[in-house]
Amino acid sequence: MERFEIKLPAQPAGARRTALCGVVSSGNLEVLVERGGDDAACTIEVNTSAHGFREIWEAVLADFAKRHSAGGLRIAINDAGATPAVVSLRLDQAFETCRSDNP
Amino acid sequence: MSDVIVFDRLFGAGHGVEVHGHFVRGRAEVAGRPVAVIGTWDSAAVDGDLALAVSGAILEVVAEDAKRTGTPRPIVFIADTEGQELSRREELLGLNGCFAHVARCVDLARRRGHPILTLIHGRAVSGGFLAFGMLADRVCALPGAQVRVMDLRAMSRVTKIALDRLEGLAKESPVFAPGADNYWRMGAVDELWPEGGADWDERLAGALDAVLSASRTDGRAAVGAERGGRTLAAQVAATVLAA
Amino acid sequence: MKTKRVSYFEASARTRVAALVDEASFTEFCPPELRLTSPHLARLDAPVGFDDGVVVGRATVDGRAVLLAAQEGKFNGGAVGEVHGAKIRGLLERALRDKPEAVLLLVDSGGVRLHEANAGLIAISEIMRAVLAVQAAGIPVIALVGGSCGAFGGMGIVTRLCDEVLMSEEGRLGLSGPEVIETVKGVGEFDSRDRSLVWRVTGGKLRRALGEATGLVDDDAASFREAVIACLDRGITGRDALDDLEVLQAAQQGLQRRRERFAETRDGLEVWRSAGFPDPQAVPMLTADAFNTQLAGLQAEVQS
Repeated sequence: MERFEIKLPAQPAGARRTALCGVVSSGNLEVLVERGGDDAACTIEVNTSAHGFREIWEAVLADFAKRHSAGGLRIAINDAGATPAVVSLRLDQAFETCRSDNP
Repeated sequence: MSDVIVFDRLFGAGHGVEVHGHFVRGRAEVAGRPVAVIGTWDSAAVDGDLALAVSGAILEVVAEDAKRTGTPRPIVFIADTEGQELSRREELLGLNGCFAHVARCVDLARRRGHPILTLIHGRAVSGGFLAFGMLADRVCALPGAQVRVMDLRAMSRVTKIALDRLEGLAKESPVFAPGADNYWRMGAVDELWPEGGADWDERLAGALDAVLSASRTDGRAAVGAERGGRTLAAQVAATVLAA
Repeated sequence: MKTKRVSYFEASARTRVAALVDEASFTEFCPPELRLTSPHLARLDAPVGFDDGVVVGRATVDGRAVLLAAQEGKFNGGAVGEVHGAKIRGLLERALRDKPEAVLLLVDSGGVRLHEANAGLIAISEIMRAVLAVQAAGIPVIALVGGSCGAFGGMGIVTRLCDEVLMSEEGRLGLSGPEVIETVKGVGEFDSRDRSLVWRVTGGKLRRALGEATGLVDDDAASFREAVIACLDRGITGRDALDDLEVLQAAQQGLQRRRERFAETRDGLEVWRSAGFPDPQAVPMLTADAFNTQLAGLQAEVQS
């Protein structure tokens, strides 16, 4: 597994709760979103079975942070070879869930 | 080792334990106390008939002792199995259900007050071991006993992890490698009988005494943690309890 | 408001739980944020999951308190490892203290997780003892089987220990998977690629006809929920009765009779024919309602 952490500046997300989206199966990933320390930043920890794609991850995650105000979020990912499109989808799903009222 | 030698060493001459095909049963005495002996033999592939032979024997022992006064007899299980029988017919007829039935019979015997001990002879593998051997109050591995889920070669094929990698890791961790000693470390085997040493009949008497003086609840996770072979199971279950 | 049908087979474990329980009633124990992942998978460089492939917690179903565990079949085949197994065992032990009306096991598993083989086998044995203890305390344990992994290996044994086994036709229940049987005994013994055959041997309708499953529902999370509520309504009182020697003796005889009756049987078609279904070939295509209606109309089921 390859593991790395990325920290991005961001506007506060106003997350209400922890959210988990996705399942760790081949071509898929799970995204855990929690309220973290710094309201002006988003930290993302990536654990991936696909080695050597750090640059692509950084691009996808930077893109996510631009789409959403992800400040104050601590994100952890277990990835089993998902495509960037699937990664973006799960991130969006998890982001929406963590800001919603409904459990 | 032949059945005659094994049973004579365990129960002394004059025991009534017999092997019919892969099925073991009979009466014997341990330290002068009558016990019932039930089990499988000779790397048995446990099919429905053998499972029902075991469960039927358990029910007979429970029924007999229910009619008598006095404490229920200990049941000594002999586990010697290469696992479940692989057959389409057995699957259709619900071999999993037969194994569940055996497990219920073991549990009935325990709750009726029968002390339950398993002796592993030869192999104890997977489903065949799950069905009754592992459910005892105490489990002893005779010398040369092999306990496992699957051999490393087959495991390598299924998990697609290289065999030499598995073999290397097996040396460091008891978690997936075959071996009665690994099961001891993980809390599922209580005694590893060495070659030579005390006579088997004495060891057996000691094991029975240990059953009689211990709690009848399942303490394997705590033991596995103490011995360092299974460090998480007890903790995680406790976390669920406390949540 | 018309609710969309949720395929139980396709749904994730968490989606199944959400569909099964009363709204907003679920509290998860050992949630993913605790990150109780498997060190054994990590050591073998395999991806881990924050919940190690099983969701456990408490909820209400139709207002009744339950404890439940839902296995995620898409994570390592729902297979049982040290942490996964301990979560289920902890849940069952908790039932002895909390005394819910029932424990629900949403089984979706091939059995022992080979990456943690010994830990998995021992965990399943501990789960077996814990299920029996919960039943001895008068609390029913209800298994739901309808996912892609079905209930195999040690989880096939655990499922058959349960008081009720609710299945969809899509679910499968057995001990050894068809692939293993084919690999060891050859394609003539069991062609694992013949999907209809696989289902005629281990699928929900075959299991219901034999009495191995106690309820058959459509592949619909709402139907599973209704079936669970019906079980709770019936007020099954756990298995104190099964502690009884006589009940197990009757079960023993029933199992023996079944083996004699089906001495040469290798295909569910023969079971349905023998049970009296008017058109055995058509059985796999029946809706759950149609199947259940026909079954009720037949003589006593072929069961122990």
